[in-house]
Amino acid sequence: MIQRLFRFRGGIEPAPHKRESSAAPIRPAPLPPKLVVPLIQSSRGAARTIVTVGDKVLKGQCIGEPEGAGGTAIHAPTSGAVTEIGRYPMAHPSGLASLAIVLESDGEERWITPEPLDPAHASREELLLRIQASGIVGMGGAVFPSHIKIGKDAAIETLVINGAECEPWITCDDRLMRERAADILAGAKILCLLNGARRILIGIEDNKPEAIAAMTAAARESHGGGEAGVDVEIVPIPARYPAGGEKQLIRVLTGIEVPAGKIAGDFGVQCFNVGTAHAVCRALAHGEAMISRIVTVTGNVERPGNYEVLLGTPISSLLALCGVRPGTDRTLMGGPMMGFTLPSLDAPITKGSNCIIAASPALFPPPPPEQACIRCGTCAHACPIGLQPFELYWASRAKRFDDANRYHIFDCIECGCCAYVCPAHIPLVDYFRFAKSEIRARDEEQKAASQARARFESRLARLEREKAEKAARLAAKAAETRASLAAGDAALIAAAVQRTQAQSPDDATTPPDPI
Amino acid sequence: MSSPHIRQPASVRHIMFTVLLALVPGIAAYVWQIGAGILLNLAIASATALAAETLVLKLRRRPVAITVGDGSALVTAWLVALALPCIVPWWLTVIAALIAIVGAKHLYGGIGQNPFNPAMIAYCAMIVAYPAIMSQWPAAGDTDFAVQLQLILGGSREIDGITGATALDAMRTGLRSHSEVNAILATSAFGFAGGRGWEWIAAGYLLGGGFLLTRRIIAWRLPLGFIAGLGGTAALFWFISPERFPSPLFHLASGGAMLAAFFIVTDPVTSATTPRGKLIFAAGVGIIAWIVRSFGAYPEGIAFGVLLMNICVPWIDRHTQPAVFGQRQETRS
Repeated sequence: MIQRLFRFRGGIEPAPHKRESSAAPIRPAPLPPKLVVPLIQSSRGAARTIVTVGDKVLKGQCIGEPEGAGGTAIHAPTSGAVTEIGRYPMAHPSGLASLAIVLESDGEERWITPEPLDPAHASREELLLRIQASGIVGMGGAVFPSHIKIGKDAAIETLVINGAECEPWITCDDRLMRERAADILAGAKILCLLNGARRILIGIEDNKPEAIAAMTAAARESHGGGEAGVDVEIVPIPARYPAGGEKQLIRVLTGIEVPAGKIAGDFGVQCFNVGTAHAVCRALAHGEAMISRIVTVTGNVERPGNYEVLLGTPISSLLALCGVRPGTDRTLMGGPMMGFTLPSLDAPITKGSNCIIAASPALFPPPPPEQACIRCGTCAHACPIGLQPFELYWASRAKRFDDANRYHIFDCIECGCCAYVCPAHIPLVDYFRFAKSEIRARDEEQKAASQARARFESRLARLEREKAEKAARLAAKAAETRASLAAGDAALIAAAVQRTQAQSPDDATTPPDPI
Repeated sequence: MSSPHIRQPASVRHIMFTVLLALVPGIAAYVWQIGAGILLNLAIASATALAAETLVLKLRRRPVAITVGDGSALVTAWLVALALPCIVPWWLTVIAALIAIVGAKHLYGGIGQNPFNPAMIAYCAMIVAYPAIMSQWPAAGDTDFAVQLQLILGGSREIDGITGATALDAMRTGLRSHSEVNAILATSAFGFAGGRGWEWIAAGYLLGGGFLLTRRIIAWRLPLGFIAGLGGTAALFWFISPERFPSPLFHLASGGAMLAAFFIVTDPVTSATTPRGKLIFAAGVGIIAWIVRSFGAYPEGIAFGVLLMNICVPWIDRHTQPAVFGQRQETRS
């Protein structure tokens, strides 16, 4: 079947810079002496540590259990001893520290006995539990827990596997597809088993012909294996940033536009990164939890490459491996369009770290000074969401947040296309981040205020009610007293009457006067 | 520093200088057909605009070099000079450029903030303040630079020998005296499409406009909307009564139609910004221009059309917002 492709609006075509690292095969990064494994490795929850300082652990052994339904497990990336559980700076724009387990490797890399789970002979619940217990999260960068996404009770028709890798410089998915196509495909089929999809569409940007060839060959081979019912298609798509955005890729492959605030599952589609599919295969077919990922190290380095890196490896040791050239003034995590400047190179590699770029002013020139917006509309032309970024800019700048909302600021995916094309060099995305956080803060405040008001009103109502109840109780008691008094009187009278009657039995026929 | 970390090589300066470059064919045709006097006017307007821009930015304590260097004041100056008759005295050009830069641009906050097209504000102010001078256009063919120089610099207003009625003027006067369109067109003021000689200048602007379109400097909906608005309305009435209403070709080739189509309504700051809004805005300018030309007190109505539609821009934009990703399909279901 020939796949008909759809276009998404806008987008840009920046210089790809894939050549720097795409020819370098995946190599294992050397084992660092110390690994820092953060407890938060998913966007929906943390893990709860189940080891204590001094414990000896094996490679692949669970050291943090999922906390809550959204949490995912974390595992020892190598064998060794737990030396500390403390706060360490993380790879996050803020550089804030978070709780991590520090592991000193013993250099022996002794594995825990793997326990594969045959998807064909396991229940859905077992499979979902295993995915959660293997610590699998979306590896495209969002680190959304996979067991939640795949566990949704939605009628899914199409499974989209995202091999677009549209950001410049990054090649980790490209290499993964070239070298481990069969595992990716096997993982995708397990995901199909879980969500009931009838077809798999693997979208790959057409600037990766080797990956397309490798995936196509793997698909042909596995089809020979006689898997029934699932249609696999490898679809080359035009290289146009941000074609690898989940909703953009779904649009390109299926024509479906998933609006902001909705999830693809509502439209019968689910999308997973190739790395996630690969991890699912490793977890089930091989019993290996997620303890490593492929990271591209590129930019201003002597030897750009793609490495299989144990989670918890310090970024600095990875950079040292590639030979950082002089002139490097900062380091980016992620691609140049959506990545961020690392505040510290001591931060560890985590499940969402796909690329490390040594940046120099020559490769990434500082932006020219910001000028006034002339409403030329170039940004609107580039926006893949069809927003009017300059309107959002005017509204954000003037703090007219209601206007920003009306122009759909929360539909913005911060892909950076608008700022990339702006001839006035306005850092548009910064303005939008500012407006979004202000609106969120304002909404929080309003919510807190209305909660406080509700609390106050309910307190008033309670006091009012208690007062009324007290009054009612008092009234009831008074009535009771009165009644009992009245009853007492009546009894006394009756007794008196009785006494009188007893004294004059001859008058017994005449009823006593009722006083 | 935050994302994105890369940027396309583009700048306001590049846009503005491309627009200036695109004006060159029209100016060359102007020199060829009418005379080199226009070059002097361009120089006067440019010098005034740059000086005024520098001064105002200094007074407002804004960065001078980057803003003056963006070329926007030069674009405004050139459009002012091209909109005025090319034999107006030097001081009129100076006043017009000052009104455009100081009044229409900086009093509203400078580049990007002005709701009205500065060149059209200046043109309207001049036509209201100096109606007599503003109606004196040189006739084509008399390329006597010395006389033009004298008129511009010397202030001599002995102009009978060299001025002639413009095509729009001749058409208006002719129709008012109940002549038929074809008879009017047969007089010496007219060439193959519009005013004799001036039609070549219009062709030059068209050429420059095409260049801007291919370079994606201007949005195609704006010239298209304007040409459809002016030409479409003209075509409708010409079809009904060809002896009383000149053809759409005449309207598009005369006056400032081509300059407006590719250089005036395309001003991004003052035009509508949404796809549908651009069509509505530009078509509105064309329709108003046709109405003023056909029934108004002035021979040319584009400037009024632009300013009137500038007023409507916020309203047009608000009501023509495009559907965002996922919205169209959602409303359908």
